[in-house]
Amino acid sequence: MNGGVIDTGLIDMILLAFLVAITWAIVRLRDLFGAVMLTGIFSLISACLFMVMDAVDVAFTEAAVGAGISTVLMLRTLALTKGRSEPHHNRLELGPLLLVVVIGAILIYGTFDMPRYGDPQAPVHTEMAARFIEQSGEEIGIPNIVTSVLGSYRGYDTFGETTVVFTAAIGVFLLLGVPRRGRRAGDALRNDIVLRISAKALIPLIMVFALYVQFHGDYGPGGGFQAGVIWAAAIVLYTLVFGLARAEKIFRRRPLELLVAGGVLLYGAVGVVTMALGGNFLDYDYLASDPVAGQHYGILLIELGVGITVAAVMVALFFLFVRRRQV
Amino acid sequence: MAAILDLSSWICLVAGSFFALVSSLAVLRLPDYYSRIHGAGITDTMGAGLILLGLALQAGISLVTAKLALVLIFLVLTGPTASHALAKAAYRLGLDPVLNSEKDKASSSR
Repeated sequence: MNGGVIDTGLIDMILLAFLVAITWAIVRLRDLFGAVMLTGIFSLISACLFMVMDAVDVAFTEAAVGAGISTVLMLRTLALTKGRSEPHHNRLELGPLLLVVVIGAILIYGTFDMPRYGDPQAPVHTEMAARFIEQSGEEIGIPNIVTSVLGSYRGYDTFGETTVVFTAAIGVFLLLGVPRRGRRAGDALRNDIVLRISAKALIPLIMVFALYVQFHGDYGPGGGFQAGVIWAAAIVLYTLVFGLARAEKIFRRRPLELLVAGGVLLYGAVGVVTMALGGNFLDYDYLASDPVAGQHYGILLIELGVGITVAAVMVALFFLFVRRRQV
Repeated sequence: MAAILDLSSWICLVAGSFFALVSSLAVLRLPDYYSRIHGAGITDTMGAGLILLGLALQAGISLVTAKLALVLIFLVLTGPTASHALAKAAYRLGLDPVLNSEKDKASSSR
């Protein structure tokens, strides 16, 4: 609170040491359930590390996606596959080892061309960052520069990322879409009154928080990706506690599938509209008579598109995992 | 006044850290699953709670304190629920608590 600069080097080092230790544990551990929990912890500590580096948006994403929803999806997968790994043979495989060493050496060699870690003269600091920090206030007019960069300057990349999420979901639908016969993997903790009441109290709060993250992303940390994941987490919690049958009555399959595509469509449509209005693809300046207002509309719409697709994909995937019976 | 606030804030922070330490020791040292859940639960409630309270005292009446209060409410709701869910799941899977005194053995064998 006194505004002094704190040397975070020690915290960095401790957190990095944790990461190394956890990685080692994941490699050594034969128990898949434990390994999944450790990957979740790994993500949480990475999020702390990003937080220490003041990269709040990244930390937020890492905590929500890495530590939150992907752990749930992995646990669900384990529940389907019985959570055993193949018997492990302690034989030295020379071929793979050689391959890993060679590729590792090439990658390390590649880093020699990169600017030194934290080098203030690196181009990303002298040109890009300076430009974003100085100009984005006038050009985009929103306080969170990260959102300006993600939504506007790097709008193509974010469109690409959203499409990747969409494509990955299509891939999983194709692989797992056909339900199998068999025993349904454990369903519903509905009988437990403590869980039921806590979930009822929490789910609305989580959903409101997701909306806050979605629409406050211009001013604080947050945006479509995080909001989508948090929204999905609320529905996952509902499904875990009240069972798939009730969840699917509220979040029906067909609208969910439409939303998976709808978010990407909304994002792309914004780009097409800007082209129709005379600009380049995703050049939001043309969305309103005032370029800054146009940027606001554009970022709001594309963030909404991202949020819709991410939330719908996460929920649809989770339902798919739960619906699938145990092999 | 400021000094009192600062002092009480630090007492809360140190006490919170102490409880977190006790809790991690408990997870390492206590004999069985259920008592370890109890140990881990201390971090969620006393550890995080006191640290949040200490931070709120540092921040004074501000938006930060409001956010810390929301975090505290969230933890108070989720922490005990998580402990409960863990214990219940283990019990349903048939994990028995370790009971090592003679009296406990006599009562559990009934």
